[in-house]
Amino acid sequence: MTVTPGWYMALAAVLFVIGATGILVRRNALIMFMSIELMLNAVNLTFVAAGRQLGLIEGQLAVLFVVVVAAAEVTVGLAIIVAVFRRRATASVDELSGMKG
Amino acid sequence: MVDLIWLVIALPLAGYLVLQVFGKRIGEPVAGYLASSLVGAGFVIAAVASVDAFSGDLEPTRVFLFTWIPSLGLDAALLWDPLSVMMTLMVTGVGFLIHVYAIGYMHGDPRLGRFFTYLNLFVASMLILVLADSFGVLFVGWELVGLSSYLLISFWFERPSAAAAGKKAFVVNRIGDFGFLIALMLIFSSFGSLAFSTVFEEASDVLSTGMATAITLLLLVGAAGKSAQLPLHVWLPDAMEGPTPVSALIHAATMVTAGVYVVARSAALFELAPISGGVVATVGAVTAIYAATIAVGQRDIKRVLAYSTISQLGYMFLGVGAAAYVAGTFHLLTHAFFKALLFLGAGSVIHAMGGEQDMWKMGGLRHTMPVTFATMTVGWLAISGIPIFSGFWSKDEILATVFERGGWFVVLWAVGIVTAALTAFYMSRLLFLTFFGEGRWEEGIHPHESPAIMTMPLVGLAVLATVGGLVNTPWRPALEHFLEPALHGVEAPHLPEAATQWVLAAVSVGAGLLGILVARRRYQTHALPVETGARWDLLEHGYRVDDVYGSAIVRPGRRAAEALAFTADTKVVDGAVNGVGRLVTLVSGVLKPLQTGFARSYGVGILAGTVGVVAWLLVRGGAI
Repeated sequence: MTVTPGWYMALAAVLFVIGATGILVRRNALIMFMSIELMLNAVNLTFVAAGRQLGLIEGQLAVLFVVVVAAAEVTVGLAIIVAVFRRRATASVDELSGMKG
Repeated sequence: MVDLIWLVIALPLAGYLVLQVFGKRIGEPVAGYLASSLVGAGFVIAAVASVDAFSGDLEPTRVFLFTWIPSLGLDAALLWDPLSVMMTLMVTGVGFLIHVYAIGYMHGDPRLGRFFTYLNLFVASMLILVLADSFGVLFVGWELVGLSSYLLISFWFERPSAAAAGKKAFVVNRIGDFGFLIALMLIFSSFGSLAFSTVFEEASDVLSTGMATAITLLLLVGAAGKSAQLPLHVWLPDAMEGPTPVSALIHAATMVTAGVYVVARSAALFELAPISGGVVATVGAVTAIYAATIAVGQRDIKRVLAYSTISQLGYMFLGVGAAAYVAGTFHLLTHAFFKALLFLGAGSVIHAMGGEQDMWKMGGLRHTMPVTFATMTVGWLAISGIPIFSGFWSKDEILATVFERGGWFVVLWAVGIVTAALTAFYMSRLLFLTFFGEGRWEEGIHPHESPAIMTMPLVGLAVLATVGGLVNTPWRPALEHFLEPALHGVEAPHLPEAATQWVLAAVSVGAGLLGILVARRRYQTHALPVETGARWDLLEHGYRVDDVYGSAIVRPGRRAAEALAFTADTKVVDGAVNGVGRLVTLVSGVLKPLQTGFARSYGVGILAGTVGVVAWLLVRGGAI
């Protein structure tokens, strides 16, 4: 059995759905954050696979960008979560409903 | 020297600027000296520059100052021709005397600096008006004199009546200015220029009779507003709320004659529109007799003179309307002398009576105020048309020319004669009530002669009012020859033959004497007639024209404004604005619950949205 790009796509889809589900069902901000990372990397996987398949370097290039941006995003996001946790002593997003209309 | 004629305007203008900035600090009496001497200097310059004019070899000279509005081909330029020479000398000369008088009259007023600021502004504006070389520049002066008139009428603005009078003068003048402005637009569209030289020289080639009639009638609207002719006369009696020197300078001698000046200046246009001339003459005659009857019923010494001014301006309109441009301007000149004199005399009386203006509370002042009495007697003789005195010559020249025109003008002449009798009557009434009989003064009033700084100008004006008429007599029509070059070839009107002139003069002098005699019988007695009751009341209130205007124009206007302000604005405009706000509140109330504050519900939204978009793209792209 050869591993075709289709498999990679399937794996990426599975990872993405796991991540999305995580965001929707979990309340802990940290877990939700990890789920976002999971989704990002699922997308990265599709990029690399597609690049390999089509013989293009741009796939890997895009991944590098995503990794850099994700690193920056993690920094800011974690800082926010830590700051919120210090103020409210909770990381449950359901209790952070200050934006309620 | 003629090139420096702009200095005549610049000096009072500089005085205005200096006093505007430092007037309060300069204060009394230097502010008065400064303002007076600048106007006096203007008179000297004008006199020197007009030497050529008097020796008879003045070419009308155009003094270019600067390019003003290139797109209209409009230059700021001055015109130095006989008519502007006469007006400039009159404005600066009479203006100087009145400035000097005002130093005494306004003595002790806390805002004396401001008073002379405005007075200088007025003189500068009036000189712009009379020295203008085009209708454009003239209009600048025209508006500026309106502004300074407004400022000076409401000078004592603490008094609500003074503030209202200033506002009224301004608004009524605006109505006239509106007609004037349309006339200027018609002139520009016809000639492509506003310069006097172009307009008057090309008028007969360019204008049709209809266009000339339209332009001249619109000019008449403007002139009627400025010169207080029917039906725009209502502002002038109220303008007496201003200090008396202002009444003398602006509302008797100079500004109100601007309308007559414009008609005389535009003689070449009126020549092309015979109907307009008749309309001007008729308006003048009707105004003359109308205002004269009202003057008979006034109790306030200044209001008598105000209505008298309206009436005399009517005479001038009668003259210029009958194409007697020289006679009209001649009366303008003599009227400036004797009416300024009468106003200043009245001011002297008011000064002596401690502010009292009701003639029924005066009387017997001839002993206490000999100089004022003597000079006012001269003014009285002049305005009544008694021979030798200036008013006789000018009034008779107008009446004789009008008579000679024949037809409808004979009716106007008869109106003029009746007006002459009425004029003599009400002026005698003023004189007898004020100076003769016993003092009917209120308690605690001790009349006294005014200081020399006030009586000297009175004497000067009395001399002018006596001999001023001699510049133009039937035997020696010097003014006629003098003004000829300014009238752009307009043919001089015919005077009747000598014999007819004698008869006409006898009739008008007889009318004057009759008026004086009737008034003498009625008022020089110990038992003064009682002048109360409905008829006198009607006269005193000027036939209640103000009430008619009030209910016909002012009240509907106010009601319309209130309807707009409190219905259209609050309900419609504000309603629309508030409605938009309410709509947004309403919609947001419906949409608000969507913002739950739960991050996961937003997540669902994003996911559903993304799935939706992707699905749509796929369907549209034909992938599914």
